[in-house]
Amino acid sequence: MPMPEMKQPDPIGQTVWDRVAESHQFKHLMATKRTFVIPAFVFFLTYYFLLPVLVGYAPNFMSIKIWGNVNIAYVFALSQFFMAWVVAALFIRASDNFDKLSKDIIEEALKSPDLKAEK
Amino acid sequence: MSAPLVMFLVFIAITLGITYWASRRSRGAGVFFAAGRQITSWQNGFAVAGDYMSAASFLGIAGIIAFQGYDGFMYSVGWLVAYLALLLLVAEPLRNAGKYTMADLLAYRLSPRPVRAMASLSTLTVCTFYMVAQMVGAGALVALLLKGSGISYSTAVIGVGILMIVYVVFGGMLATTWVQIVKAFLLMGGTLLLSILVMAHFHFSLTAFFDAIGHVTYHDKGQLVVKDFLQPGLRYKPPYGPLDLISLGLALVLGTAGLPHALVRFLTVPDAKTARHSVVWAMALVGSFYIMTTFLGFGAATIVGRDFISTHGGTNMSAPLLAQALAGDIFFAFICSIAFATILAVVAGLAISASTSFAHDFWTNVVHRGAERKPGEEVRVARFSAFAVGAIAMSIAILLGPTANVAFLTSLAICVAASANFPVIVLSIFWRRFNTAGAVAGLAAGLIASIGLILVSPSLMAVDPPTVTGAARHLIQAKAWFPLENPGILSIPLGFLGAVLGTLLSHDPSSQHKFNELLVRSNTGLGAEKATLSH
Repeated sequence: MPMPEMKQPDPIGQTVWDRVAESHQFKHLMATKRTFVIPAFVFFLTYYFLLPVLVGYAPNFMSIKIWGNVNIAYVFALSQFFMAWVVAALFIRASDNFDKLSKDIIEEALKSPDLKAEK
Repeated sequence: MSAPLVMFLVFIAITLGITYWASRRSRGAGVFFAAGRQITSWQNGFAVAGDYMSAASFLGIAGIIAFQGYDGFMYSVGWLVAYLALLLLVAEPLRNAGKYTMADLLAYRLSPRPVRAMASLSTLTVCTFYMVAQMVGAGALVALLLKGSGISYSTAVIGVGILMIVYVVFGGMLATTWVQIVKAFLLMGGTLLLSILVMAHFHFSLTAFFDAIGHVTYHDKGQLVVKDFLQPGLRYKPPYGPLDLISLGLALVLGTAGLPHALVRFLTVPDAKTARHSVVWAMALVGSFYIMTTFLGFGAATIVGRDFISTHGGTNMSAPLLAQALAGDIFFAFICSIAFATILAVVAGLAISASTSFAHDFWTNVVHRGAERKPGEEVRVARFSAFAVGAIAMSIAILLGPTANVAFLTSLAICVAASANFPVIVLSIFWRRFNTAGAVAGLAAGLIASIGLILVSPSLMAVDPPTVTGAARHLIQAKAWFPLENPGILSIPLGFLGAVLGTLLSHDPSSQHKFNELLVRSNTGLGAEKATLSH
């Protein structure tokens, strides 16, 4: 049981959690998530921190005007918004697949004989 | 009655109506703390945005851009990009494994009492600092706007505090959510209108607008200066400016995923998918808003000007003064009442997460070991703590006074969230070996490091000339020991270090034992809390 002091113990027992965690399907889900989340996280952090680093340490480069009075610094800052939206949109698209895999795992787990016995 | 006062009263009436409606909905802890988990994705997206875009965003960032140009816009960028950490790492596990607070996520596999006690302490710290900053802003704003109506700073602070307590005590999370949704609509509408008016001023020519930003004139120490406000470096100057900017960015990007009042919003939706979609809604709103700070901030710099703003209420009045310059007193009143609505919605969100954490984490799970002694006790305790939290925040805000330098309070709140909460949340989800000692050490290290470093930072330590008096003087009159205003770059690694060392130096197999449960639960939603509110 997760928390002995809770009034209503969770109906799903440790054996079920362990079995699901070890299952091929679950490992596949985690691998699928990792292949999206880790590169996405590294990419957005790098892209974001390029801004303060360049602004702070390459101010002359960032001050180059590219359209009227608009300089690289402003365009790069503005591009961050679109970067964030694009990464979020890609994540939402990828997560449809995560949801599909999770649904199968939940269905499988709820069919489990241990679960019925414990209930 | 003045126009601003009428508009304030209309907004207050609407929110009290919402509170009355929410209080009539079915009772129970699930509704009070988590709005019955029935909030849809767009609603939660608006509420997240309404919770997040504080007076610091609307008044503060517009003011920094109006006074220091491009460097202020860097704030805008960080506040949006921060959502990616929340979306990619935290929103979904939190929804799947949480009940009412972020400590639920930690308590799954770690020993609940010490972890909840520490998590509750850090939640209360973050929320109180944030709330005080908002209240000082509200008091100063209302006193300035309603000048002549006899409403003083203290009255305004008490008024905001009482309204916040009413929303939370009678309406719980449901009322708070809808107050935030209404506020988000108003804020987006007002900002859009203001941006269009700025562009109309420049005959809808972006070239003319950006050319004007290139020649902003104002007086600095009696000298007339002309500056290109798109040029970086007006605020963050060498030698420590660049590092401060990186440090701020780090705290923003990681801290947002550790802000208790932002996190609890994801417990109000039915499932992980809705949680994700609500982040995307919020990102669309928050992103558009921060892009529009270009028009608000630079508009105020070019159309109103630094000199005029300085003598008419200071930086925080930039956006309202811009409205007045463009469309007269009624629009000024409208923008002011939006700023007021903004503050109310944010403090309500902070108050409910603070009192939920006290009632659920500390009272029920630490003091009474996870059991309510009487049904409904948890909700009752939360209502009482809303009074206490409100009273404490009001007292501090009144004590500090309207001229207090409160910017550091917001940066402190976000820094504690990044240094204390973020490391333990992430490690608890992703690191099997992580354990109770690690969580307690991480929370404590992050909390102490961020508060300690802010205390010795230039925000609180500086030598002021004798002309600076009262609350505007720095607390400690000596040269700052730590050169950065934003200590994130040091305090976040210290938070992680505390968590890792605490883990490696202790032996606690039970924390690892239940890792599988948390892993499966947070990633699949198996066994997650269901929606409870019946229609």
